[in-house]
Formats: sequence, structure tokens, C-alpha cells
Amino acid sequence: MRYVDELRDPKLAHALSSRIRAATTRPWTIMEVCGGQTHTLARYGLEELLPEGITIVHGPGCPVCVTPAAVIDRAVAIACTAGVVLHTYGDMLRVPASHGDLLAARSRGADVRVVLSPLEAVEAARLDPSREHVFFSVGFETTAPAAAAAVELAEALGLERFSVLAAHVRVPPVLEVLLGDPRTRIDGLLAAGHVCTVMGTGEYAPIAARHRLPIVVTGFEPIDLLEGIARTIEQLEAGRSEVEIQYARAVRPEGSAGARGAIERVFEVADRPFRGLGEVPAGGLVLRDRFARFDATRRIAVEVASAEPDTRCRAGEVLRGLLRPLDCPELGKGCTPEHPLGAPMVSSEGACAAYHRHRARKELPR
Amino acid sequence: MSDTDDDAGLGCPVPFSQYDRVVLAHGGGGRATRSLVESLFRAALDSPELREDHDGAIVSLEGPVAITTDGFTVRPLFFPGGDLGALAVHGTVNDLACCGARPELLTVSFVLEEGLALTTLARLVRSMGEAARAVGARVIAGDTKVVERGKGDGVYVSVTGLGRVRRALSPRNVRDGDVVIVSGPVGDHGIAVLVAREDVRLGTEIASDQGEIASLVHELLDEGVALHVARDPTRGGLATVLVEIARTAGVSIVLEEPSVPVRSAVSDACELLGLDPLYVACEGRVVLFVAPEHAERALAIARRFQPDAARIGVVTEGPSGLVLAKNAFGGERVLELLSGEQLPRIC
Repeated sequence: MRYVDELRDPKLAHALSSRIRAATTRPWTIMEVCGGQTHTLARYGLEELLPEGITIVHGPGCPVCVTPAAVIDRAVAIACTAGVVLHTYGDMLRVPASHGDLLAARSRGADVRVVLSPLEAVEAARLDPSREHVFFSVGFETTAPAAAAAVELAEALGLERFSVLAAHVRVPPVLEVLLGDPRTRIDGLLAAGHVCTVMGTGEYAPIAARHRLPIVVTGFEPIDLLEGIARTIEQLEAGRSEVEIQYARAVRPEGSAGARGAIERVFEVADRPFRGLGEVPAGGLVLRDRFARFDATRRIAVEVASAEPDTRCRAGEVLRGLLRPLDCPELGKGCTPEHPLGAPMVSSEGACAAYHRHRARKELPR
Repeated sequence: MSDTDDDAGLGCPVPFSQYDRVVLAHGGGGRATRSLVESLFRAALDSPELREDHDGAIVSLEGPVAITTDGFTVRPLFFPGGDLGALAVHGTVNDLACCGARPELLTVSFVLEEGLALTTLARLVRSMGEAARAVGARVIAGDTKVVERGKGDGVYVSVTGLGRVRRALSPRNVRDGDVVIVSGPVGDHGIAVLVAREDVRLGTEIASDQGEIASLVHELLDEGVALHVARDPTRGGLATVLVEIARTAGVSIVLEEPSVPVRSAVSDACELLGLDPLYVACEGRVVLFVAPEHAERALAIARRFQPDAARIGVVTEGPSGLVLAKNAFGGERVLELLSGEQLPRIC
């Protein structure tokens, strides 16, 4: 596939691996922020190409992992309400909540549909006005513009029975929480390319300066990741802490005016709990009052009784880079992909699921 | 009914009494059922056993016999490269072949949804008959039930297959050093059906690989290839088959990912939809585990059937059930069973 193959070129990958080895004189810990980047690291086994001393910490950027159980409980309760169709992204269906996931709700008769775009949910609401259509919208700033566009389109179409259950989260506030914790040991960051495609890099310069760490806005292909890591290490070795854009084919420093505008018009910033990390000030986006009638939380009253999270789960420490999943006493014992204690074991790009597999691999004779 | 495959243009050779659609009476066992059996099923699936018109078929088979049973449902019923009728026959025949058995006898059971166009049913049953005859199998018994409109996806078919075993193939025969061969590009069927169902516009048409692999398996046996196990990578795709075999055989498998044939249209579609082609279903491919000294010969034979057949990996000592995919970067990942269906990811 053009525009993709060249970013998966093994020769280029090995050249970058050599560049990283040449630049590295001491151990460094680098966090990649986004779940998509974690996925690429695991999918291509890129950590194998890095020198011993380079540690990669998988950050909080998997929206599936950080969505609190209470939010999924609400989605399940809404989906189980008579006359409701719940639309959402595919990977939300299997995330365990207090009383089962959305797939289980579907098996009990709830109408839960997978969409690739919220506009499909708007179209369904237009074609079937006899039912309430709810789009369960999760994700960082990347998916927020599409949700905003859906709300604006629903308003323009005069739809009476379309709403959004918004569980949007913002990257910079959660980075502040992680980096502000004195126990956190992270030397450099690979920022999420698509979040910055929308938002630009303006929010990151103060973070880089305050915490004196390099931030490289990085893409999602293997060559992107390796180049992002190389540029982060080169900054670290040179004692620099700047914001650089590796993912220049998509990211402009100012971001996308259209996408930012849509978010700005439809959403406002609010405090929000993250699964495993607790309350993050200004960590989320909620619908503005002007769009209250498109807000599923305000529109559909449901009783949500969420169970307390399992105290054996140490996902919060994993997401902070304080605990390596391999050192967690529950890994592979009380906590497996089939019976996860916490979200990082659920998603295939969750850090615990990745390490659970990694351990199996280590047992193979070399 | 979900499908609009009322192919009125495709005339049917025989009239189906007063109905042009399936009605509940067709499952009632009375005249309507009889008319359906005689004019439609028996016409397309004719065999001496069916002509006996008995409650069951009486056959004699000597030696070890393989039996397999499988249910089939697909939406849409007709898709580029195939249809439910041929799919049901091929799926069953392929399972027999993977047991080292010849495809000989089939029984078919239909669950029809009220309202299904009889021309659609006739087309599926004809396709089924053609597929069976092409591999030398015959349908010896059948059944039809009808469910109310809205209670089924048009047609469900379940097929049972029987055949005499030539040489028992089993994962337990797998040895360290065995070479893993796949008989052609993977993922065509899953993507073809997904594209047809969701009306995804990709610019290139992708046809299902639906077909039989029995001829290839028997050719390998005819030529004396030390074939240890054969498995068709249907649901869950190539990765799932490798993990299952590694677990049953108690071995590890190292897969050379760049050697796995994937059509560019399929890998492009997977890229766009966030799917991994290694987990996408095939319906006309087989994964072969062959003794290393016979690998070249097996590959040459497989390429006579499908030029893209490829050597993709090797069995190694190591933890039972571990499948490692090595990529072009020298990195590797562990392939596991999916927890469910592959779902498009957010990010």
C-alpha cells in the first residue's frame, strides 16, 4: 500500500535502530502516550530493536483502558433501556464493567451496534426516528471532533431522538497528573500524533519546559515510532527538552482549525476520573449546556450502581510507569486476558496484556 | 429478511406450485413440503439414496470413516466468489480432507426463513449440488424446517459429511522441524463478505477464496508426501489454526510473517478497517504441516493448485501452544486466540 509500505521498510528500521544505539550512552525511560503507538510497538516487536538500557513505558493513551467502569455501567444501563439503540466503537464492547460488558447487554436483548463513525449513528437516528439513538463516544481529542460534528449535524437535521454519551478525555491534563507525581520516572515522551493533528502542539511546550523533558509528537507506523524514539534519545543525550514534530506529514503546530473549532463549539472542559488514575482536573470534555438535549446523560435517566474496583488491581501504578506489569503479583495468576482485574489487561494494546504475552515468549529457548 | 436477493431474472427450471416464496407450510411435512423436496431439492441434489424416499439412507462403508458436521450461515447469501450453498459443501468436504478422508457422503439440513424467495433457494441448492458433484460426493439425506419471518437470516444450512480415511491426519503427528505451508493468500473470504455486507467501497473487488482443498490434500497423499496435519483456516483465520495446532501438538511454531501471502486489496482493506489479516477467515485454503525433507515437493504440488502457496513457518521445540510471528524488522510477537470476533479499534 503506497504511503504505508515505506513506513514499514525493514532497512530503514534497522538504520534507525543503529542510530538509536549510536546515540545512547546511558539508560533512559520513554513513555509513549497513545494506545495506537503501543499497538504498533507490540505488533512489530519494536522493543527488540532497542538497546538494553532503553525502557518503554506504555502511557495512559488507550481510551478503552482509562474509561471508568461507572461510565461503561451507564452505557450498559442506557443500552438496556427500552426503545434505545446504542451505537459505539467496536473495542468498547468487551470492556468489563461492574455488571458485565456491552456484548453481554446485547446478548440479553439490548440493541448495541458497532459503528466506524458517529455519523453512522446520526444516519440511523434519521432513518429510524421511532427510537432513541445514543452514540457512546469515547476517545481522546482525536475522536472528539467527529462526535462534535455528529451533534451539530443532528441539530441541523432537527433530529429529536439522537444523543451522545460523551466520555472524552484530554491528553495534557493526564500527563500533568502523571509527571507531577514525584515517584514517576519518565525521561521523555512520545506524544500522540493524531491528538496533535487535531490540537496542535501549543499545549505541550509548557509541559516540556516545566518537567524538563523532551516531547516528540510521533506517528503510528514502525518507522515513525523508531524515529520518534531516536529523536527523543538524541534530545536527552544533548540535554535538550523541546517539543519536536516527527509526524510532520499530519501535524501542524497550530493543529486543525476546523476540528478544534468543532470541539470548542460543542464541548467544554471538565474534571474527569480516569480508570486507575483517579480524578484528573480538566481531564475531560462534556457537552455544553446549549447542546443539553443531545446529552444522553441528561436525556435518559438510568440508575447506575457501580461496584468498587478490585483492590488487587495495580493498573494505576502501571499507567504511571511505577510498576512494570511483569512485577505485578497478579499478572498471569489472578489477572489474565480471559479474567482481567483491570483495563490494561483487556485491550490488546493494554500494557498488562502485552507483558502477559511477552513473558510467554521469554520462556522460549533462544 | 435481511437480504434482497430476489433474483427474479434467474428463472427456475421447474415451477414450485402456487408459491414463489417459502411459507410455513413448506416445513409442515405435507404437500407443500413434498413439492419443495421433489421439485427443488431432489432436482438439484439427486442421488440413489434420495430417490429411495425413506426416513434415512442406508449405506455401507468399510474401514475407518471420518465424520464431520458443520452449520453454515452467511450474510449476504451470495457474495463475490461464492454463495452459502457451495460454501456449506466445501466447508464440510474440507473438514473431511483435513481428517485425511475422501469426501463421499453428505447429509444436509435446511432451516428456511418464511418469505425467502424460492428462486433464491433453488439457486443455493443448485450451487450445492454442483459443488458436491465436482468433488465426487453425493447427498444421501436431508431435512427442511421453516421458521417465522424475522427468526432467521434467510437460510441456515447444516451439513454432515462422511468419508473413508486414507491416512489419519492429526495434530498429534506434528514433529519438531515440520515445515508449515499455506495453500494460497489468506483473508480473502472474510474481507469479501465484510465488504459485500457493509457495502464498503474500496475500489477493487475482492472475491472470496471459497473452494475445496480436498483435491490438494489427496494429491499430496497420492504423491507420498509425509503430510502430518492439514487444517483449513476458517473462523479466526490462519493465526487461530496455528495456535490450536501448537496447543494440541504441544509444540511451538515460528511464523515468518512476511512470507504469509496476503493480496494487496485484502491488506489494504484490513489496514483501513483495523483488522489483522492473520485472523481473517479463509474458506478455500489449507495449512499443511509437512516433514522438512518433503517440504519442497509439497510446496510444488500446492503451487499447481494455487501459485501463491507459500512456506510460512516451522515447528520448533518450546512452550506448548506458543506461536511467534517474526516480522521483517527482526521483531516478533506472540499470536494468541482472539477473545471473540475481531472488532475495529478506536486507536
